[in-house]
Amino acid sequence: MGTIIEVHDLVKRFGDLTAVDHVSFAVNEGEVFGLVGPNGAGKSTIIKMLTTLLPPTSGSAFVVGFDVIKQQMAVRRRIGYVPQAISADGNLTGYENLLVFAKLYDLPRAQRVSRVREALAFMGLEDAADKLVRTYSGGMIRRLEVAQAMLHQPQVLFLDEPTVGLDPVARKAVWEHLGHLRADTGMTVFLTTHYMEEADSLCDRVAIMHLGKVVAMGSPTELKATIGGPDVTLDAVFTYYTGNALESGGNYRETARTRRTARRLG
Amino acid sequence: MKLHAPAAQQGGLASTPQAGREESPYGAHLFAAFLSFIEKTFTIVGLEARKLRHDPTDLLTRAVQPALWLLIFGEVFTRIRAIPTGGVRYLDFMAPGILAQSVLFIAIFSGIAIIWERDLGIIHKFLASPTPRTALVLGKALAAGVRGLAQAIIIYLLALLLGVRMNWNPLALLGVFAIVILGAACFATFSLIIACLVKTRERFMGIGQVLTMPLFFASNAIYPVAIMPGWLQVIAHSNPLSYEVDALRALMLAGGASSVGLVTDFVVMLVVTTALVLLAAKLYPRVVR
Repeated sequence: MGTIIEVHDLVKRFGDLTAVDHVSFAVNEGEVFGLVGPNGAGKSTIIKMLTTLLPPTSGSAFVVGFDVIKQQMAVRRRIGYVPQAISADGNLTGYENLLVFAKLYDLPRAQRVSRVREALAFMGLEDAADKLVRTYSGGMIRRLEVAQAMLHQPQVLFLDEPTVGLDPVARKAVWEHLGHLRADTGMTVFLTTHYMEEADSLCDRVAIMHLGKVVAMGSPTELKATIGGPDVTLDAVFTYYTGNALESGGNYRETARTRRTARRLG
Repeated sequence: MKLHAPAAQQGGLASTPQAGREESPYGAHLFAAFLSFIEKTFTIVGLEARKLRHDPTDLLTRAVQPALWLLIFGEVFTRIRAIPTGGVRYLDFMAPGILAQSVLFIAIFSGIAIIWERDLGIIHKFLASPTPRTALVLGKALAAGVRGLAQAIIIYLLALLLGVRMNWNPLALLGVFAIVILGAACFATFSLIIACLVKTRERFMGIGQVLTMPLFFASNAIYPVAIMPGWLQVIAHSNPLSYEVDALRALMLAGGASSVGLVTDFVVMLVVTTALVLLAAKLYPRVVR
């Protein structure tokens, strides 16, 4: 099994703040890799750098073998990305949202409609396809966004906090759909989350981030073993490595955004 | 690069048939890349047009302001005869100016949409897709042109009601069509640039208000440049709106004439718009950083 994402000594500074501090890791083809950590730990900053939205201050990163700094277009063609906030347009129908991206990802004209219909069916949205996304529930919006990101059959799917603001039922539904997606396609999934339960149930391997650094990495089982055995929860592991960091992270803007998202999705 | 390049390329080719185009953008691929650029630009235009179709109320409310300008300001100033229009009835003189104004007002505040879209997250997904930034910006600019055309239709109807003597030559109408799109694209892109720089709605609205007034009044929209003091004439001559109005005056009115020449009008608008689009494409990715 090859390596599909390689990150070497990645650094991102915003003024005096070092959001990502010399981070290195590798993700294997076909695995679900999770970055976990409190708000402000640098998870979203890493995802933005890997999806070519943000240039790193120093270091390098390769996605599907292409340099995220020098070969941005090549990277963009091969990845799918679901941002943390809402990325589906409420003023368009679900079908229209998907069709736009089918065009932007250069899907052959003859396949567009069938692929869009397939993706909608796969995410359980065929009945809602022609309704405005404004009228969707939070869980439906998320599923639509995942459908949007997988239309072009990317090799890596990036999900930034995929279930933030969703109620437990909607969260389970999103997890189930992601499970099916992986079983069907073997797609590599790279996600960030601050729900330990999510990391535990979805991820093959996780990296715990704290203040811009990766402080622990391994499978959930391995990580639990480092602090005492199979009975401990990933929450305990998290607290062990980050101290009481859950309260420290996040600034006004992030909090406002998360809450807005939560309200809209709720 | 020590990564498994062959496997990566196989996978890439399997999933995206046109993969590799960006690795050799010159030569045989250049034309295909150009076609793809055009197609993606129109994908963005289509997206905005669909939004308008789902909710067209905005188009109608936007018609109120130009109507008031023509009915109140226009009717009064036509009676005063204070403005030297060169023998043309003032209302006729003013109608092209009001079309340019309503296109300007729509375009100059359109940039705020990307601040909304940034806050929502929509823009992140577009920027992470293999869409040239220039296509994203140009698509937004031309979409403003679509709204501008809706304004043009409304102003034509109003002008007809008010007895403005219009030029119905199809070529002239085509010219109006083109200059309205260019004007909307120009100011919408200008607006986008401001949005990329200031990044918040509050600051954007403030700056938008400040800019609209001089853009409109330091132009030939409702009075000729010749009656301005020298320093203001310089500003009016460097204001793209003046060239838009000049072209509209020549094309819209029966017996209308351009003061600097239609070619100059179109060249100025085209060059300014192109420069703004290229600049905006550079700034656009900054909006998510």
